[in-house]
Amino acid sequence: MNGDLLTVTDLKKHFIVGHRGIVAREPITVKAVDGVSFAVREGETFGLVGESGSGKSTVAYTVVGMYRPTAGDIAFRGESLYEKGGKRRSDLRKEIQIVFQDPGSSLNPRRTIKDIVGFPLRLYGSDGNLQTRVRELLQMVELPEDYMYKYPQMLGGGEKQMVAIARALATDPSFVILDEPTSALDVSIQAKIINLLLRLQREFNLSYLFITHDLSLMRNVASRVAIMYLGKICEVAEAAEFFRNPYHPYTQMLLSSIPVVSEEEEELKPKRITSRGEIPSPVNVPSGCSFHPRCSQCGDTCSADDPVMVEVEPGHVVRCHKFA
Amino acid sequence: MENDLLLDIRDLHVVFDVFGGTLKVLDGVDFTVRSGEKVGLVGETGCGKTTTMKAVLRVLPMPPARVTGGEIYFKGRDILQMTSRELGRVRGEGMAMIFQDPTTALNPVFTIGTQLEAAVKYSAAREKRLPRKQIRERAVAALKEVALPDPERLLKNYPFQLSGGMRQRVCIAMAVAGDRKLIIADEPGTSLDVSIQDQILRLLRGLTDKLNTSIVLITHTLGVVRELADRVYVMYAGNMVEVAPTRELFSQPLHPYTVGLMAAVPKLTGGGIADGIPGRIPDYLNPPTGCRFHPRCDRSMPMCTQEKPRFVNMGGDHQVACFLYTQGEEGASRP
Amino acid sequence: MVSARILGSAQRSENLRRNWYKFSRNRLSLIGLCTVALVVFLAVFAPLVAPYPEHASAFVDFENASLPPCRTYPFGTDVVGRDIMSRIFFGFRFSLMMGVVVLSLVVPPGVILGLVAGYYQGTWLDTAIMRTTDIFLAVPPLVLALAIASVLTPNLFNAMLAVSLMWWPWYCRLVYGLASTLRNEFFVASAETIGASRFHILFREILPNCISPIFTKMSLDMGWVILIGSSLSFVGLGVQPPRPGLGTMVADGSKYLPDQWWIAVFPALAIVLVVLGFNLLGDGLRDMLAAEEV
Repeated sequence: MNGDLLTVTDLKKHFIVGHRGIVAREPITVKAVDGVSFAVREGETFGLVGESGSGKSTVAYTVVGMYRPTAGDIAFRGESLYEKGGKRRSDLRKEIQIVFQDPGSSLNPRRTIKDIVGFPLRLYGSDGNLQTRVRELLQMVELPEDYMYKYPQMLGGGEKQMVAIARALATDPSFVILDEPTSALDVSIQAKIINLLLRLQREFNLSYLFITHDLSLMRNVASRVAIMYLGKICEVAEAAEFFRNPYHPYTQMLLSSIPVVSEEEEELKPKRITSRGEIPSPVNVPSGCSFHPRCSQCGDTCSADDPVMVEVEPGHVVRCHKFA
Repeated sequence: MENDLLLDIRDLHVVFDVFGGTLKVLDGVDFTVRSGEKVGLVGETGCGKTTTMKAVLRVLPMPPARVTGGEIYFKGRDILQMTSRELGRVRGEGMAMIFQDPTTALNPVFTIGTQLEAAVKYSAAREKRLPRKQIRERAVAALKEVALPDPERLLKNYPFQLSGGMRQRVCIAMAVAGDRKLIIADEPGTSLDVSIQDQILRLLRGLTDKLNTSIVLITHTLGVVRELADRVYVMYAGNMVEVAPTRELFSQPLHPYTVGLMAAVPKLTGGGIADGIPGRIPDYLNPPTGCRFHPRCDRSMPMCTQEKPRFVNMGGDHQVACFLYTQGEEGASRP
Repeated sequence: MVSARILGSAQRSENLRRNWYKFSRNRLSLIGLCTVALVVFLAVFAPLVAPYPEHASAFVDFENASLPPCRTYPFGTDVVGRDIMSRIFFGFRFSLMMGVVVLSLVVPPGVILGLVAGYYQGTWLDTAIMRTTDIFLAVPPLVLALAIASVLTPNLFNAMLAVSLMWWPWYCRLVYGLASTLRNEFFVASAETIGASRFHILFREILPNCISPIFTKMSLDMGWVILIGSSLSFVGLGVQPPRPGLGTMVADGSKYLPDQWWIAVFPALAIVLVVLGFNLLGDGLRDMLAAEEV
């Protein structure tokens, strides 16, 4: 669609994790991402929420180019990121960057902050003195200049993540993927980083793909939210609508189990839905709708057929037999 | 009354010797747990909550750590003065710890059964002499308590064959297997999905109610203590700054740090997130004089840099260590 | 505005002080360091420090032959009258040279092959490199060294060659294990998404994280190489008489045990000293270079 910065169409990423049988050697496949479609508009924050095994990180890694898609397409400003032969275009590399979840391992412990942040600057050439540019980037994320010569271990978790953000912005991207950027951080540092990210977004007109399992955080960050389960999207809606009026049973179950800190929030949570069971192994995806073994509203068709996405309200789509 | 305090930490001081000097980590920690009570300990990374609990279990790495003051009373006896034999009995019989990551807390080369039976065996001196069959029965009973299906078969499984949630339940089973009085749970469920964490917390609450065990719940997530704890301590930079019954702490936080923390939590109702508390946690090599929070506090007074505030009773079990509050008796009856 | 250069050097000196602190906490590491420093000093300045530097080469003095340790000859003399202590000082030269040359030959190719194999783990490149390594490792080391050294003319240079051929696979293995784990780290993925070249990833991202185990191994290996070199000299395939290789000296002196014990024992103790020194130093290096914990 026009005006969309990033369009993901029917993306699939399967991993072969082993083989079954000695003679037949059937491959055992993990369908980490199994048909995901969404679009991110310019300047918006698109939220992707889900638990472990949902495939949200795999989506992130495929979009940024760490994995090659098994099927489907990713387009940036209308142009596919993949050439005819399946190879990824390198000219658009600087436009899409990523901030990883664990700040401890996303910064090389043997390089100084100056090297880490300066490297993309050096690669893409920058006007002006490298040192000055690094200093500017650090200032942008509110880090003092003398951090340039420190090593990552000398920084706190939040500061490391700020360095990671500075590094991501060094190539002057238009689209930044944030994969659980604050999951490993304390709540007061999380607040600082989130507000920083929002400020940077306004200042540089960035688009974010924001991934987290923390629904309360998502409520305050995203403009639109999609929830994933076992490789597929279950529901997409505008943020306020998503939380006020969840349709999918999984969304309701997840919302009902989050720990909140005030009575008003308690009121907002769906009532009387306790979480049941655990996410099945992605090697053994249940038949039909993959959520049916845990669903409190499971019907007859649910174990047989996989539901398709339908629009239940304007701008609100759900993938569930109840609303087909 | 003092007598029914299960755990009573008084004015605990712990330092670490490192490159550049000593880190004055715990600076006079007061902490109590009554029988059958569920106490939350909330604090951010580096505030010293894990150090405090390690001091209780006496598993601090002794160099470089040093206890420089204070006492820890468990069932009326000072743990810090005990010999290792007495300590072994206290640890086995009285306390258990549930660690944050169930994957690393279980030994991957032994079956669940072996580890659970060991937990049962060491939970009481008399249990050691129980015949094998009875130990096994107790292990199965423990697994049933944590709602794990098919316990007999589970005993033969290895940890890698279980999911994260099941492993955490096994760890809980090991903790409750011996009728222990105090369970210390360090960030239970943080490495698990939120729906599984919810199940685990409900399980803990049900179990501790049923067995009348006390539990100390260490976490940096405020929402978790609200669901589970009766009373909550808030810790900052090696000191307890506030303690109150759960409901009251959330509806009426008094200490500026607690207030800032509550404001920084993202709300499901939306509205954006307030800015976090400015500044960083203090350098333990040269901590701020007086109240350790004063450099970051927007309501600090000159007095705050000179003296360290002690707990002041605000009524109804609510105590706060801050010079903004001076009503009530100074250091009144221990809660 | 503080100059960046001042900031940089202030941080660098703090890093050095912190490293020294980590190293010096263990007394044994300091002993190792002093021992190695002593050996290096004696080796380098042997002509000036040794009491009888001319005894290091062809020299005979039958009047003073086979003297036990005394004031004039602290370690005694050998059967042709040469001062054992001076010869030991010069012997350190051969030992150290052997260690340095072998490691210089062995470490760069081993590390580079290990990096490449580890990064391309799972591909044909990995298989080709590691199976070659396996072949070299399958041959018993001393046997290989002996075979090579006996085919070629026995001398120090060929002994070093023989030892090098059997030594490089260990570094390849070591770095392979490290690199194959490190390549899955997020900082490598980050460099790749930014568009780093293979060279950058191998040598600027992965290699710096391997330095600690490599240096530790190099220090421990000094001891081993010296020991093996001495063994080769002992069986006559290394340093040839009349040159004062430590192993050669032990070989010569062993004929006269136990009566003129000093001829064999002091060179043997010298070997022990060198090897022990490097081992202790290696432990200290490992402590110092270990990644810091937050």
